[in-house]
Amino acid sequence: MKSSVITFPGSNCDRDMDVALKKFGFKNKMVWHADAELPKSDLVVLPGGFSYGDYLRCGSMASKSKIMQSVINFANSGGMVMGVCNGFQILVETGLVPGVLLRNKYLEFICKNVFVKINDKKNKYFKNVDNEVLEFHIAHNEGNYFCTQDQLKEIEDNNQIAINYCDENGKIEDQFNPNGSIKNIAGIFNKEKNVLGMMPHPERMIDTSLSGEDGSLFFKNLINNLK
Amino acid sequence: MIVNERIAVDHGLKKDEYAKICELLKRTPNITELGIFSAMWNEHCSYKSSRLHLKKLPTKGKKVIQGPGENAGVIDIEDNDAIVFKIESHNHPSFIEPYQGAATGVGGIMRDVFTMGARPIANLNSIHFGSPQHKKTKNLLRGVVHGIGGYGNCMGVPTIAGQTSFDSSYNGNILVNAMTLGLVKKDKIFYSKAAGLNKPVIYVGSKTGRDGIHGASMASASFDEKIEEKKPTVQVGDPFTEKLLLEACLELMAGDSIIAIQDMGAAGLTSSSIEMASKGNLGIEINLNKVPCREGKMTPYEIMLSESQERMLIVLENGKEDHAKKIFDKWNLDFAVIGKTTKSKKIELYFNDEKVADIPVNTLVENSPMYDRKWKKAKLPKKNKIKKEDIKHLKIIDVLKKILTNPNVCSKEWIWQQYDHTVMGDTIQKPGGDAGVVRVHGTDKAVAASVDSSAIYCWAHPLTGGKQVVCESFRNLISVGAKPIAITNCLNFGSPENEENMGEFVECVQGIGEASDYLKFPVVSGNVSFYNQTKDQGIKPTPAIGGVGLIKDYKNMITMDFKEVDNLVLVIGKTEGHIDQSLFARTILDEKNGPPPEVNLFNEKNNGETLLKLIDNKLIKSAHDVSLGGIITAAAKMCIKGKKGINIKKPKYLINEIEYLFAEDQGRYIIEINKKDFKKVADILNKNAVHFDELGTIIENEVYINDKTKVTIDELSTSNKSWLTNYMSK
Repeated sequence: MKSSVITFPGSNCDRDMDVALKKFGFKNKMVWHADAELPKSDLVVLPGGFSYGDYLRCGSMASKSKIMQSVINFANSGGMVMGVCNGFQILVETGLVPGVLLRNKYLEFICKNVFVKINDKKNKYFKNVDNEVLEFHIAHNEGNYFCTQDQLKEIEDNNQIAINYCDENGKIEDQFNPNGSIKNIAGIFNKEKNVLGMMPHPERMIDTSLSGEDGSLFFKNLINNLK
Repeated sequence: MIVNERIAVDHGLKKDEYAKICELLKRTPNITELGIFSAMWNEHCSYKSSRLHLKKLPTKGKKVIQGPGENAGVIDIEDNDAIVFKIESHNHPSFIEPYQGAATGVGGIMRDVFTMGARPIANLNSIHFGSPQHKKTKNLLRGVVHGIGGYGNCMGVPTIAGQTSFDSSYNGNILVNAMTLGLVKKDKIFYSKAAGLNKPVIYVGSKTGRDGIHGASMASASFDEKIEEKKPTVQVGDPFTEKLLLEACLELMAGDSIIAIQDMGAAGLTSSSIEMASKGNLGIEINLNKVPCREGKMTPYEIMLSESQERMLIVLENGKEDHAKKIFDKWNLDFAVIGKTTKSKKIELYFNDEKVADIPVNTLVENSPMYDRKWKKAKLPKKNKIKKEDIKHLKIIDVLKKILTNPNVCSKEWIWQQYDHTVMGDTIQKPGGDAGVVRVHGTDKAVAASVDSSAIYCWAHPLTGGKQVVCESFRNLISVGAKPIAITNCLNFGSPENEENMGEFVECVQGIGEASDYLKFPVVSGNVSFYNQTKDQGIKPTPAIGGVGLIKDYKNMITMDFKEVDNLVLVIGKTEGHIDQSLFARTILDEKNGPPPEVNLFNEKNNGETLLKLIDNKLIKSAHDVSLGGIITAAAKMCIKGKKGINIKKPKYLINEIEYLFAEDQGRYIIEINKKDFKKVADILNKNAVHFDELGTIIENEVYINDKTKVTIDELSTSNKSWLTNYMSK
């Protein structure tokens, strides 16, 4: 399986994503934001970080990078595109997934482990994951997902919510919402579910020595689903 | 403007220093030259009050590749890997403008590290604030934490450990000390020594603006009521540019274009160019019209003294300009050839075709003032006798809860959750333990780092305090299973012109020197921050020690959380019952006098090295050093982290229960072992003549003391975790 990770100026989880993808069997290529063409890929990842310093609006300038037109075309033709953290922020700026990401409710950067409940498994990202709840890791300042009531209805009708913040037993309540996201949304799909944007970093959970191993589950499953 | 003595004094120079400048130049300096002298000769850059004493610190060792004198120290961690590290203060600017002050402190220290060719892999910090009740404390704390996070998070470097404390002596002068570790191949280290004639001198990074002019001079003066007027001297940081600068520099460093490289930190273009020339015993000629400026009509004086951030000066090999420019263009950074190296041994500056400065380099460096300041030796205070009736009515659990909520002991989760501590995917011990630990990427090795200070002990007796803080750093590294290698120090003191403050400095440095020499834990880098004082009130002497150690196989790392019910808990090291200057004495008995706990270097070394042997033999399940709040506080923290309880039985000593549990004797650790290993452990400890006590057994959920009093771990955990969050949300 071939993957591509895009490096924007200010990306800082690009190496971590590269390490994770390779660990679970992807042949990964790093792609520079100013390139025009994507290499042949089964998966394109927009990594975390602070592309363009988060200036103007998180993800906004990166969404206009040269490479993004190819990424958008790739996604529109059904290609798998995953945006993590800043990558999610870039995705909402391109309009590939609905909604926006606001500043965290308590106005502070948060770095910690969280639990997320998988809302939908009829997609290549979460199909065949045995667990209902995964322990992931977040590290962000602007992860407060927001959309209009109309958009929310559409999202829910299409089952586009990917994961919600919850407790270890899968209970989705306000107290387990780290950033104020509407409906505890931690990740969301496009209608066709080939594009996934999420705040949590699965690439930081790929080793028992790190924060945990549920990221390993996610990547192992993902490569199998793509085969 | 014609320079005279009054203008020199306004630049922070003393009258006799100005006379010396005129004598060295054999003429009156012009205003640009005066600015350059004032920047190079201030305390912050010249170390004029401290140099004499710093020379006495042990700086060499088998693992030391580079000691003090470069951008940062470098140590060998085998397999051609090396760690570059340093700590630096950003106290004065952080008080004036906490967010930018702290942010640029973090940015500056990272630049020091990647200037040497190393990719930063971990950040740490030591921050000190005034009393929690003081009206400024909360906002300063919030601003500093946001600033540290804002810069470090954007750079994508994990902040893995730190230290935060509160004391009214910092009411008017907070301390913000930032430390960075970087990883480099031993044969790819870059230095600041220029070499060769007619080599191009390159300016890269951000443009030069009017921010931070005279920042270093501001950091060399005390505060008064006009402090707010100094806001324009605080630099403004842009972590995004620094991230680009980091990547661009590392890309250029992968080749062989660079002869020397130096970041523009304090005193900007002035100190970076002079440092490179001085080390290379060369001259440098600069055309100031070539310097990329952010604002129009900047004068040579402003260009030379600006402390705009995210800039570097590089001496390149001839003919490599185009190659280098391509890299900086790719990263959208300014690149300009601004001058060349010369044989003149002078700094020669041109502006609009006129020579605007002409100064022999040695007058600025070797001939800079050095003072043997007067200092007063501190007496060891007399011991207090604790009266039985003062402690008779105390309930141990109540005291423990009070101590766990003390601002200097409580959990700092509110702070470190705002720092990205997991980016780079190698953080295997997060903040909140004895030391932060990161793996050396792609290997089995890991590097441990901690930062410590004990201002109370240093204030009570500087010599002992200086030794103690080095020992604490040593213990923190050993507690995670790392072999201590070397330290960096950030020496925060009041005015060197005050004999008592100067005495505190001299004796703390002596203590640091003695301990680091004995423990073979040399000082490889550091920084001095004097004039941490408002009017004539100085801070408590606060040397901060950043220690670095190596774990050969990261799977053998130790953490402090209790692991398993029924395991045995031992205390390594003898408890004599030293209560003076302990948290117990100061907060429970309100007794602020007396000597700090004695430091026995033999025991420190022996106890620590023996514990490392136990760890090597895989006999240790968890470990934690005993510090503030004594044995019971340390044990309670291990309980909270491991969500386990302990049944404590006080050994049959002559000292009473309170003294045993709350004393702050040095050289002690708490360890958890499997019952079946007791004999093996006891044998090793006995063979090495290490004293130990059996403290108790791990149980579920509660703390018992001598079978009677008890408290649940949840209750202790709430006490420990709630103070800071509540304080900040009020």
